[in-house]
Amino acid sequence: MGEKVLMKGNEAVAEAAIRAGCRLYFAYPITPQNELVEYMSRMMPKIKGTFIQAESEVAAANMVYGAAACGKRVLTSSSSPGISLKMEGISYMAGAQLPAVIVNVQRGGPGLGDIQPAQGDYFQATKGGGHGDYQMIVLAPSSVQEFADMASEAFDIADKYRNPVMILADGMLAQMMEPVQFKPYKTDEEMEALGKQHFSWCIHQNVDGPERHHHEINSLEIDPKVLEKHVLKLGEKYDAIKINETRHEAYNINPDNEMVCVAFGTAARIVKSAIDVLNGEGRNIGLIRPITVWPYPYEVIAKAIGEKVKNVNVFELNLGQMLEDVKLAVCGKVPVNFMGKVGGVVFTPDEVLEDIRKYI
Amino acid sequence: MEKIAQRPQSLSSLQFTYCPGCVHGVAHRLIAECIDELELRNSMTGVAPVGCSVFAYKFFDFDMAQAAHGRAPAVATGMKRARPEMNVFTYQGDGDLAAIGTAEIIHAANRGEHITVFFINNAIYGMTGGQMAPTTLPGMKTSTSPYGRDADDIGHPIKVAEMLNTLDAPYFIERVSLLSPAEINKAKKATLKALQYNKEERGFTFVEFIATCPTGWGIDPVKSLAWAKENMLPVFPIGNFRDKGAAQ
Repeated sequence: MGEKVLMKGNEAVAEAAIRAGCRLYFAYPITPQNELVEYMSRMMPKIKGTFIQAESEVAAANMVYGAAACGKRVLTSSSSPGISLKMEGISYMAGAQLPAVIVNVQRGGPGLGDIQPAQGDYFQATKGGGHGDYQMIVLAPSSVQEFADMASEAFDIADKYRNPVMILADGMLAQMMEPVQFKPYKTDEEMEALGKQHFSWCIHQNVDGPERHHHEINSLEIDPKVLEKHVLKLGEKYDAIKINETRHEAYNINPDNEMVCVAFGTAARIVKSAIDVLNGEGRNIGLIRPITVWPYPYEVIAKAIGEKVKNVNVFELNLGQMLEDVKLAVCGKVPVNFMGKVGGVVFTPDEVLEDIRKYI
Repeated sequence: MEKIAQRPQSLSSLQFTYCPGCVHGVAHRLIAECIDELELRNSMTGVAPVGCSVFAYKFFDFDMAQAAHGRAPAVATGMKRARPEMNVFTYQGDGDLAAIGTAEIIHAANRGEHITVFFINNAIYGMTGGQMAPTTLPGMKTSTSPYGRDADDIGHPIKVAEMLNTLDAPYFIERVSLLSPAEINKAKKATLKALQYNKEERGFTFVEFIATCPTGWGIDPVKSLAWAKENMLPVFPIGNFRDKGAAQ
């Protein structure tokens, strides 16, 4: 690890993606993720990478599909309205089993909304968004460091499962500056290995022998029996991802908790501040922060509800979307309460504190 | 015994899924023959569209990708940029390229992507059952223009080759027809030239094929050829629009 540098989340994730071996980036400008696009436009030409400012997010996502079809590490990013346009490409990538990373710097919605931080795209990211039976692995950072670390993690997971991975950030994480430490750049040998890792299925020159291989990158199966088999195979993959890749942070979770809070991303760090104050007063409140919001840590939440837990409180920057998953995990054992802010308004630690006090 | 005709290596042995009298098969064969002749097969890859030729990824015998409707030029852009050592083409119909994919084709051409686009223009949506295309002729009846295309209401046919010819970047733009053996021979020359330029990394190359759709038009295959000659060629004149190689 190198020295700590002070960087915006948007730039940190871009730099980390390059260090993870990403040499192809396609995107369209939209606030509040523009520093990511601009960083890539500066850096990619210097490292013989590809930067294209696409004609639309639709085109950008399909450029990603093409580059991923060739088995190369490829990134795109956008903010909420632009992510809606990328959903076509994401569904096709899931269907054709292509590895790629998509960053969503969420802003207020619906529609054009505003440009302030929000978490209103939770449903879109975790429950579909595009058409058809598919899942996207969704990582939710809550600091600039974690945002950066997730770039290489996202590429590794995408390559491992041949599936699109989204980093679900927000305007707060993207715009604020924090100290961040980067992993080293991939060596030339590592880059060469990355370029060949998908040779068994991806589009590439015939260098293996006299017989030209015929690899098909495709999501079409016109025979329902064949498509059924394909989708069931995807289902098995998603089951494996649920077992292997569910991540969370347990903050002050112990058998004597009187309340368990659940929050992700930016909301979680605000909730942590409030919990610290209350625990300093002698309360015992824990926090589960899902790091993957799909797959979701249902069992972790279920297990965290000890004998003394009287309430589970959920905090989100939306009308209550992850709330549904928390309710599934809690399964009626204790009341699940919700506090949210919407439209790009972010709650303060004091507001969270006040809300928790109503229940303890 | 000497073999004087055989399936090009670049075509798979699968039977085409096209209707009797359809000229997609002719276009496929021309492209495959040219790829073989230029010895490009080992580094060749293509993008299949949505439409009748959706299965083109099975018919060409090298690595192929299938794209979302209209997005083939964007997918091809990603492929060419990811593996510049490869030669990339798209194969698209008029609904795919000139309606839903208008933005993608214009911007790929405008960036001068080093890809070849083969555009099959038969003035109708074939796969979905004969609906109006952006290239449907004025007055032409289709399943969604049952009273004939009213150009004042829904617009005139889009002339893609002419439109792309307004851009600076494209290297080669030609419109050919597949309406007679002589025209097919000329079409092969344009195809070969486009792929030769592709091989030489000259820039964006584009070949538009005027084609028929006997099933969609409700005209028998032989009469379709005459109908296209009489009605389509005045609107979509064949010829070379741009050849930066010839100018050199």
